[in-house]
Amino acid sequence: MAMQAKPNTISIDGQEIAFTAGQTIMDAALAAKIYIPHLCHYPGLRPSGNCRLCVVEISNRSTAACITPAVTGQEIRNNTPELNAIRKTITQMLFVEGNHICPSCEKTGNCKLQAMGYYLGMLDDHFPQFYQRREMDASHAGILLDRSRCILCDLCVRASREVDEKNVFAIAGRGTDAHLIVNSSTGKLGDSTIAVTDLAANICPVGAILIKEQGYQVPIGQRIYDLHTIRETALQENVTKEHHEK
Amino acid sequence: MSFVDSICHFNFNPAILISMMNQRPLHHSDSPREHLLHRLYTLQQEFLHISPQAMQQVAAEYQLSLGQVVSVVEFYSFFYTQPCGRFHILFSNCTSCGYLSDEQDLLHLLCQLLQVTSGKTRHDGCVSVHETSCIGLCDHGASLLVNGLPITRLTEEKITQIAQLVASETPLLQWPAEWFEVHNTAHQRSLLLTEYFLPGSAMQKALIHGKDETLAEILRSDLRGRGGAGFGTGKKWQLCQQAPGHAHYVVCNADEGEPGTFKDRMLLCDHADALFEGMTLCAFIIGAEQGFVYLRGEYRYLLTHLHTVLNRRRQQRLLGQHILGQPAFHFDIEIVIGAGAYICGEESALVESLEGKPGIPRIRPPFPVTHGYQNQPTVVNNVETLIAAAHIIVQGSAWFKAVGTEESSGTKILSVSGDCQLPGIYEYPFGVRVQQVLDDCHAHNVQAVQIGGPAGKMIGAADFNRAIGFEDLSTGGSFLIYGQHRDLLAVHRNFAHFFAHESCGFCTPCRVGTQLLKNNLDKIAQGRGTAQDITEIKQLSHLIRHHSHCGLGYTAANHVLDGLQTFPQALEAPLQQHFSAQFDLDQSLESARQITHRDDASAHLD
Ligand SMILES: Cc1cc2nc3c(=O)[nH]c(=O)nc-3n(C[C@H](O)[C@H](O)[C@H](O)COP(=O)(O)O)c2cc1C
Ligand code: SF4
Ligand code: SF4
Ligand code: FES
Ligand code: FES
Repeated sequence: MAMQAKPNTISIDGQEIAFTAGQTIMDAALAAKIYIPHLCHYPGLRPSGNCRLCVVEISNRSTAACITPAVTGQEIRNNTPELNAIRKTITQMLFVEGNHICPSCEKTGNCKLQAMGYYLGMLDDHFPQFYQRREMDASHAGILLDRSRCILCDLCVRASREVDEKNVFAIAGRGTDAHLIVNSSTGKLGDSTIAVTDLAANICPVGAILIKEQGYQVPIGQRIYDLHTIRETALQENVTKEHHEK
Repeated sequence: MSFVDSICHFNFNPAILISMMNQRPLHHSDSPREHLLHRLYTLQQEFLHISPQAMQQVAAEYQLSLGQVVSVVEFYSFFYTQPCGRFHILFSNCTSCGYLSDEQDLLHLLCQLLQVTSGKTRHDGCVSVHETSCIGLCDHGASLLVNGLPITRLTEEKITQIAQLVASETPLLQWPAEWFEVHNTAHQRSLLLTEYFLPGSAMQKALIHGKDETLAEILRSDLRGRGGAGFGTGKKWQLCQQAPGHAHYVVCNADEGEPGTFKDRMLLCDHADALFEGMTLCAFIIGAEQGFVYLRGEYRYLLTHLHTVLNRRRQQRLLGQHILGQPAFHFDIEIVIGAGAYICGEESALVESLEGKPGIPRIRPPFPVTHGYQNQPTVVNNVETLIAAAHIIVQGSAWFKAVGTEESSGTKILSVSGDCQLPGIYEYPFGVRVQQVLDDCHAHNVQAVQIGGPAGKMIGAADFNRAIGFEDLSTGGSFLIYGQHRDLLAVHRNFAHFFAHESCGFCTPCRVGTQLLKNNLDKIAQGRGTAQDITEIKQLSHLIRHHSHCGLGYTAANHVLDGLQTFPQALEAPLQQHFSAQFDLDQSLESARQITHRDDASAHLD
């Protein structure tokens, strides 16, 4: 069975990879080009641990890879049918909690929630829809916020705080009342300091934050996840890279 | 078994209580401002809600982002963004102190009498009636809080009187004073509830023996946390002592949110000295100068009493600068009052709340013991744990270890309620059998016992010979008894609604999963369930249990899984043989009928 573990090494589905002190399992996996499904994680931003797509197992205990420190000798199970089934269910939960009418959404084809559904072989919603009322905010000249599609991943919150240094967003409310709020005197995006070029305006994995007047520039059929899997794109992502390209 | 019955009357003079509800909690730390939660409470009291303008003002005062203030206001159940009534009534919906506990809907009755819709404020602003999770009065029958004050032993008659007093807007001062009495009834006493605690006695011993020997005594006692998880208390203090930081803190977890638990209420009333001394001991060992008691908002009426004890201890030089004349030992305690959120009992969420944030559990590790309040090493302990520690230092670890079992030394204080003749507080040596407790509280024809509250374990008669202890049935103290006549599906639904309401909303499995579980159980209760729903419930329960972020999620589905194992008929009896729709077609047309003002035959489906 388990051999004496090499220092600063973990194994993911039997593959040994190195890690450096302070890395999480997710950091180490991405550095070694191993895909652990994730939605609320973005390299370069502080991890949160809210979506739970990245659940992995260590000695039969489940943990979120993006917030669990890598420790020498960990034997991690990641790409297993059981875990992918759990991830599919979690994706379905996110779909039914919001109002996702993909055919009428500008993000379709570029949406990570959709892409995750494709990747995990999700063919239906499974659960009854929640049909929650969620507020739309079109007050900003360049940015649309449609909370119906928000999966509460907190990426825009962190991007605005950590990279844009503006603190435009926060999440308020408890349980399924949780919702994204805008940190401006009116609570409207138009009165906030957000700019179209901010990372916070561009990081949303779904169609909740959209840049206006760019609709359908890339036709459906030629969009990101029409051409690539989320696994492929996720291994390329990094905040500093993206942000400085703009 | 000997039978001690004592009733301690607490000073529940409504005049004092009412003046106290408007009093601000004192604070003795170096922080220049009162706690954010207290500031928001004051606004809520004064204006019956917290308006957007008020939030902006608070954000400016505290130099916080408006977003943080809004997210705090919207996280806690006792802050409202729309005005509440001048009489704001919160009915507990716990299975023991809830408005349905006597199979009679007292909330509905009051709403009818007052012509008010539950959850909404009456148009004239006079009254609002809401429900809330367990308010810790489970040994007092159906109970409510009116403007924060408890009224217990509700009956139809009392509800009628309350309706009249509200309708005539009679000030609470003129309501019958005996309504507001809370009795702490201890039916069974062992180590902690029999020993008289002399203020200062533990600290004097600690000063004689020194830090190391005092910590060693706690370690030798094998005291484990009484709040649920059972972590070794000495070990926790040692880890905190060794953790580097520019300040260390000790926090008493008096959030007592688990439905069916009320032993901390009694301990705070009658044993506050031992509690504060336990905190002071911990501070002495870990090197803390500041301690906090995080008190659940539902227990705000205990504040005056707790402040009185704190002040007396300051005068006795048991708190403050130079404790007992020691040149370098300074320590004081501040009380921070929560605002209605079960999750704030989870230690890292509690720390967030102490810092004036929404109670979202942190990423762990690091644990509070190394990175707690203000990211500094922090001990968080339950009320009972800290009281036990104080007694151990006075009486010695051998005194403590002589009682209990191998793995669980000492005693456990249980909050017994539900279908029994003698609800109240019972202290037993660990290892006591469930049946013994049932006999002592005169519970007959018991169908099920929920040990440790909704998050704990549901057992049936076959398990009544099992023992209370960390090695068998671990519990924070809730002991809910359900007689043969109880509909256990209703109990499961109650618990499922509780968790869905209390999920902090941070992680997907818990936020969405607890809602789905609730909907599934409701569906079965409405006679629309099929065998498929049972499979669904099992899968969902496993997902929530194994893949959530914190203890709330880990435990939220325990009751259903236990129920399916031990009482499958409760969930399976109402199932339909054949497929049935998720929803009632006719019912679903209701909103369309309302919009079109139609109610004729052809606007209905059958
Ligand atoms: C959802 C949740 C609620 C909790 N509520 C309480 C509580 O009300 N009181 C308490 O002492 N511990 C509660 N705990 C346990 C605390 O996280 C923590 O383990 C405890 O306060 C440690 O004190 P102890 O070691 O003295 O038991 C709760 C845990 C969870 C997950
Ligand atoms: S955000 Fe994604 S999943 Fe949601 S509607 Fe748009 S495309 Fe569909
Ligand atoms: S708006 Fe988008 S980025 Fe922000 S929390 Fe919602 S889903 Fe995440
Ligand atoms: S990616 Fe780890 S929890 Fe979302
Ligand atoms: S919200 Fe606490 S477990 Fe997810």
